Parts: sequence; structure tokens; C-alpha cells
Amino acid sequence: MDFEFLGQTFLKLLPGIPVTLELATVSLLLGACLALVFAVIRVRRIRPLNWLVIGYVYVFRGTPLLVQLFIIYYGLAQFPEIRNSFAWTYLREPYWCALLALVLNTAAYGSEILRGALLSVPRGQIMAAQACGMSGLLLFRRISFPIALRQALPAYGNEFILMIKATSLASLVTLADVTGIAARIIAETYRPVEVFVAAGTIYLTICYGLILLVRLAETRLNPDQRDPAPVARVGAARKEVTP
Amino acid sequence: MNQMTPPTQPDPIQPSAVSVRGLRKRYGALEVLKGIDFDARRGEVVSILGSSGSGKSTLLRCINMLEIPEAGTVTVDGTEIALVAQRGGGRRPADARAMDRMRARIGMVFQDFNLWSHKTVLGNVIEAPTHVQKRPRADCIAEARALLDKVGIADKADQYPARLSGGQQQRAAIARALAMNPTVMLFDEPTSALDPELVGEVLRVIRALAEEGRTMLIVTHEINFARDISDTVVFMNEGVIEESGPPEEVFAPGNNTRLARFIEG
Repeated sequence: MDFEFLGQTFLKLLPGIPVTLELATVSLLLGACLALVFAVIRVRRIRPLNWLVIGYVYVFRGTPLLVQLFIIYYGLAQFPEIRNSFAWTYLREPYWCALLALVLNTAAYGSEILRGALLSVPRGQIMAAQACGMSGLLLFRRISFPIALRQALPAYGNEFILMIKATSLASLVTLADVTGIAARIIAETYRPVEVFVAAGTIYLTICYGLILLVRLAETRLNPDQRDPAPVARVGAARKEVTP
Repeated sequence: MNQMTPPTQPDPIQPSAVSVRGLRKRYGALEVLKGIDFDARRGEVVSILGSSGSGKSTLLRCINMLEIPEAGTVTVDGTEIALVAQRGGGRRPADARAMDRMRARIGMVFQDFNLWSHKTVLGNVIEAPTHVQKRPRADCIAEARALLDKVGIADKADQYPARLSGGQQQRAAIARALAMNPTVMLFDEPTSALDPELVGEVLRVIRALAEEGRTMLIVTHEINFARDISDTVVFMNEGVIEESGPPEEVFAPGNNTRLARFIEG
């Protein structure tokens, strides 16, 4: 392996990091908001929206993200209604197509994570809130959602990581993210091993940082589960705390 | 006094804190409450006894509408919660906000404590006063600390429920209910989920509340406790009230009823 070339490639890939991070952050934020709305629709069984969400989740979880991206990028242009609408200012840009595919994809997975978390909120704790005169949005905001969030965080952290890596597909619709730049360098140099090692290292670093962030959020949200003894720190298996 | 009590009210001079008329509740084919008439005066301590499945917990849950009865009325502190028929059978509250307001005036203590796991003990106690009653936070905290002191867990204020013993959790739950300054306290088998050695500390707290003259309805299996603290003992069997009266009458020797056999075990 040519380490000098590896180092040069690494530097060339750096400008792709902001693109990768932006795609991941924006799609995760928008996706999470949509996911919450969809999860509430599912849990409350708000008809007919409930059926629409079930169909949407079925389609977006059942097809590859790449297929979804290509359908949005290549497919939507076939419809004159879309080409003539204001949406076309966005949908003709590969960036917005990639973002749309990522958002819709993560919202489908996220809604299932949040739905499960909302369903796992102990019924008794909701009843206790009702017995105090809470209902509707107040009960959701103060009791159900915070408890569900703590349930959802480990699984949602996984989704964060999957999405970081999923952004690499955006390179296939010409975006210059880390993978996009890497593909260009390979086309110029025919040296895929060094280039992909460099690109992989960048993804690994981003994901590791994200894992630490999720773990930090988990500890902050569950102070009662923090290990009282300073023996097992980050990295060690979490000890079960018996009251 | 805001008097909206129905004409069936037995004694208009002594208004009821809780008045239940013709209450019926069924789960599918199983009729759990078969027409309950029941009154609790202001300041009265009522114990509700009965074997499991006799409908006593359901009666309690119907009073704050955690279960919606199919028929009958519930009047708390002179206000009846209007129920209207809903599509597909059953009833629903005519005014959800009115129901919330009524619930805020009824304290409920559950068998399984049901403390909110994401909040500290103090957080649990001030939650409803600050967000339902919308009282100033500082006042609520001061009051909450006083209540926690009263139930003997002032030192646990900043702990999370999972770190507390069952008895401590239940006492925290009692403090949470008291923080709303309720007109009626409902206890749904408050010691049934506790280890035997923890029952005493919870019963002591409930006894102290009874001596303060609070209106309390207590579903319990602790017969001696019920005999000691109650003004009235109600015995339920298969969805009806079979016996009701002062403990010295209900528990009188020679009272050869189903209650007597229930007590014998």
C-alpha cells in the first residue's frame, strides 16, 4: 500500500465531509420529525391517515434506498405535472432528490422505532398522569414522549449510524460527498484500495463520534441507570442496577 | 355550595364528597359492577373489602373515570361528570376538560405506585401542580418537600423511583397525590404489591391522613387496618355491595354473612 498516496487521498476527501454530514444531519432531523408524526398517527390509529402511513412504511422499508433514490431522481422528471410545478426547482437538483430519498427512508424506519417506544410506555404511568388531570398534548409532552424517547434512543442511535453510511448512495446521483469524491479519484487513478481505505476511515471516525454522542445522551437521559461505582466506564458492559 | 346533586341524594344536609348512583360496568360478557349505589361524606374514611374480582377496584376507577361506566352517575363534590353515548357502544365524557378538572381534584394511589420513571421523586410530586394547576414552581417545590417530609422520605427527593424500595415508592406516590390538594383520596390496594415488611410504613402514612379528616376511599385486603381506621366498611361481592356500615357493626361477632366467611378466609 502506498501510504503517501493514501495521505494525499485522505486530504482530497476532506471537502466531502461537510456534504456527508449535512445530508445526514438534515435528513435525520426532518426524518425524525416526520417519524414522530407518523408514529403518533399509528399509535392513535387516526384513520384514514393510519392506512396511508402503514402503506408508506411498507413500501419504504421493503425497497432498497438506492431504488428509491433512482426513482425520485430519474423517475419524477417523466411527469410534466412535476416538471411544471414549483417543486421542480428543487427536484431537478440531485442534492434535493438525495435528501428527499434519505428523509423518506429514515422517516419510515424511525416511525417504527418510535411507534414501538410509544407502545412500550407503561400503561400505569399514563393512567397516573390521567388521574392527575393530564390529557392530550400535555400528557404526551410531559409523560409519554419523554419515556418513549428513553426507550427509543438505543435503536434510534443505530438508525443515525445507518443513515451516515446511507448518505454514500448520494454519490450515485453526482453529489460530491466523501464517496462521490472517492469515486472520482478512483476513476482518475485506478487505485481503489487506498481510496476506499481512506474513505472508510472517514466514515468510521464520523460513526464513532456519533456513537459517543448517543451514549452521552443515553446517560444524561437516564441518570437513574448511571453506574454508581466508577468501575465500569464507557466501553464496559453496562451493569444492571438493582434498587 | 355548588349543589347539583341528584334528587336521590339521601341527606341534603350533609353533602356527599362522593356519590355513586346505579353504576354498571361490564367487560365484554362479564358484568363487573351490577348497579352500585354508594355515598361517602366529607371527611369520611371508607374501606372497600371483597375478594378479587368482586369489582372493588373497578368501582374506584369509575369514580375518577379511568373506567367509563355503561350506566349510572358519579358525583364528586357536588359536580356530576356528564357522560354521553358514543358510536359503537359505551359512553364517553361529554366534556373532556371538565373530566380533567374533576380528576385533578381526586387523588389516586395505585397498587403498582406508577411513579413516572423519568422524573425524580420531587419531579413526580411537583409535575401536576406545576403543569395541571399551573402554580408557581417555587411554591410547589416547597410544598412537595413538606409532603415528602410528612411521608418520611424527604431524603429521597432527588432520587429516581427505580432506586427506591416499594414502600418508599408508594409513599412518594401518596405525596404526589396529596400535592394536588385533592378533595377525595382513592387508594387502590395500596399495599398489595409490597413485601410484608414494607406494608407497615405505608399503612402508617394512610392512617395519619385518615386522622387528619381527609375523605378517603380505600380498597384493601388489610382487614384489621380497615377495621381500625374506617368510619364505614363496604363489602363487595360479585359486583354488588353486600354489606355496608360502621366497622363495629359489620365486624360484629355473630354477623354470619359472606363477609364473616371472607374474613375467616
